[in-house]
Amino acid sequence: METQRTLSVLVKNRPRVLARVAGLFARRGFNIDSLAVSTTEDEAISRMTIATTADPPTLKQIAKQVQKLHDVVRVIDHTEQKVVERELCLVKVRVERTQRPELISLCDVFRGDIVDIGNGGVIVQIIGDSDKIDAFVDLMGEYEIVEMVRSGKIVLDRGAQG
Amino acid sequence: MSQEMIPGAQALLRVFEEENVDVFFGYPGGSVIPIYDALYDAENVRGVLPRHEQGAAHAADGYARVTGRVGVCMATSGPGACNLVTGLATAYMDSIPIVAITGQVKTNLVGTDSFQEADVTGITIPITKHNYLIKDPHEIERFPDILREAFYLARSGRPGPVLVDIPFDVSAGPVPWVERNIEALDGFEELAVPDDADIDRAADMIEAAQRPVLLIGGGVVHAGASDEIRALAEKCSLCVVHTLMAKGCFPETHPQSMGMPGMHGMAYGSYAIQHADLLIVIGARFDDRITGDLSRFAPDAKVIHIDIDAAEIDKVREAQVGIAADARIATRELTQAVSARDAGEWEAHLQQFKADHPLCFADEDELMAPQLVVSKLYEITEGRAIVTTEVGQNQMWAAHYYPLLEPRRWCTSGGLGTMGYGHPAAIGAQVGRPGELVVDIAGDGSIQMCIQELATGVIEKLPIKIIILNNSYLGMVRQWQDVFYSKRYSGVDLTGNPDFVRLAEAYGAVGLRCAEREQVVATLEQALAVDDRPVVVDFAVSKEENVFPFIPAGKSYEDIMHCPLRQTQ
Ligand SMILES: Cc1ncc(C[n+]2csc(CCOP(=O)(O)OP(=O)(O)O)c2C)c(N)n1
Ligand SMILES: [Mg+2]
Repeated sequence: METQRTLSVLVKNRPRVLARVAGLFARRGFNIDSLAVSTTEDEAISRMTIATTADPPTLKQIAKQVQKLHDVVRVIDHTEQKVVERELCLVKVRVERTQRPELISLCDVFRGDIVDIGNGGVIVQIIGDSDKIDAFVDLMGEYEIVEMVRSGKIVLDRGAQG
Repeated sequence: MSQEMIPGAQALLRVFEEENVDVFFGYPGGSVIPIYDALYDAENVRGVLPRHEQGAAHAADGYARVTGRVGVCMATSGPGACNLVTGLATAYMDSIPIVAITGQVKTNLVGTDSFQEADVTGITIPITKHNYLIKDPHEIERFPDILREAFYLARSGRPGPVLVDIPFDVSAGPVPWVERNIEALDGFEELAVPDDADIDRAADMIEAAQRPVLLIGGGVVHAGASDEIRALAEKCSLCVVHTLMAKGCFPETHPQSMGMPGMHGMAYGSYAIQHADLLIVIGARFDDRITGDLSRFAPDAKVIHIDIDAAEIDKVREAQVGIAADARIATRELTQAVSARDAGEWEAHLQQFKADHPLCFADEDELMAPQLVVSKLYEITEGRAIVTTEVGQNQMWAAHYYPLLEPRRWCTSGGLGTMGYGHPAAIGAQVGRPGELVVDIAGDGSIQMCIQELATGVIEKLPIKIIILNNSYLGMVRQWQDVFYSKRYSGVDLTGNPDFVRLAEAYGAVGLRCAEREQVVATLEQALAVDDRPVVVDFAVSKEENVFPFIPAGKSYEDIMHCPLRQTQ
């Protein structure tokens, strides 16, 4: 079944490695729903967390194709794993002064933080798995969302294996 | 200990020597001048000068296919490197080991739209196994190792082209020279061997099968697994079909050979697959030219799939047993594990397919059928040529009417279908195997795409034979328009072709023409007698001959269009 699944791709920190991986997805017709890239505990290695919507055989094929790239060290398919998944989202909403208490209590429920109040609106930061963020963003729809950004999800397996 | 510093160009030539590269195909320009300067004094390696960089890439490819070694090509930055692109894509699709060396603008100019700068590593990411730009200090430091890695990557695992982009100042300037052996390199891997349990399961499936078919592909060439394939086929009485890439890996004259299946394959081979209950697929990748409509391809067959590239397994067709391993080792182990069996009743069916659906063509008076030319070529050369092809009808007729007994005697652009490939590939093949008879079976359209390489063949004194099946058409496209577009011929008329005889002579090659079927053999004999330069033979063949069998794209083996002659018989 086509659902969103997540791969972590450990890559050597080399020029163009992002272009190689992203280009492979594009050229083979795999889609990237979100992408987060960062350094890791090993300075020679970067970690790309890629969310993609695919059925299990397609995901397997994606993983195998990515694994073939010379600069790719390891591909981790998180489908069968128990993972901790996090994403950070900033939402800027315009709210009337009178609506602020309500917004604050909504944030409390979702453990969101109001990180800025300015002329443009109120910026709320929320951290959680993607479902939680989706739900929160839905709720924010009651106000006027001025702009929004999500970091893309990052994932770690809870098991012992690194 | 002080490190030995040498110019990058010297390091390149030293690695060439380590890798036993005694010849490469390259075209100079500003950014590779330091390399050409180093070459001036080099004793163990020489450059062949093609007349277009596309020719360099295809020649390196042809060289690699017939020798089993890594072919090397070289080009200057910008336009030179861009001209390699078609050749690299061709090699990539067919998994041919090539190392391409390109010059690049100076490191401090990279990224500034400097003169003759093109982002060649960017351009070639999708058509190389890997590529390198030597730009940052840590890359310059590792330069010799990167070159070794490039050769290793090109030939190991599933082979393919690797490109190294070298800025002018890196070849001209100092790099540290270090000795190193390949096992110490980044990415070195032992040959992948199969799992015993998978081999046993595969052996059980073969023993249980009633109608097994062994389908072999280009991976068998790369793994050098022909002998192992034959041993397996003979032990288990398996009929063998081959893809275009695997031509010659199993002797086509062997009674168990069922030829090439697929879009323009032998119908009997296609029918064998269609009725199979087990497909043993080794080093092939279920290309759409083989399968047609996947949902109707070998509908009753279970699949054992052996491929060095794990990503090929289950990519197109699910395998009941998938073995990601070297084809030679896996086939050998499978042959040991399996019990001998005979073909049983299946044999009679296979013979019937062959009897009912032989290849055929209109071999009548007056007509000079292109198939006849290839058949006669086969007869008088006794099948001992190395054959390269262009693309189109000529390619399919070469596949049909020039059966081969050994691997590495066949160079054709199977995956990309590159017109213009055959001539430079023949040059590369002849350079790689000087004593052999090398023939390019060509079309009048394709040959014009790299015709300039006649100069290369003449200067190098290469006695290649270019057999033009001249139908004055882009024949294969015309055939599609004939069959699917009610003969609305559009953009396929090659009226205006040059006089190929005079063209050959203008280059200093031999030109021959043959317009009558009685003269075919005599003309071929005349061509074969030339031993010091290329020969171009212009065969004026019947213009509207079509290639049969023919399965329209996206259709299945149930929809084979047979040679019309057979229906009237
Ligand atoms: C570089 C390139 N351009 C276009 C095509 C499409 N194409 C495939 S076969 C063919 C006709 C080839 O004509 P010719 O070389 O005369 O061979 P024939 O089919 O007539 O034997 C064409 C145009 C191709 N395969 N390669
Ligand atoms: Mg033609």
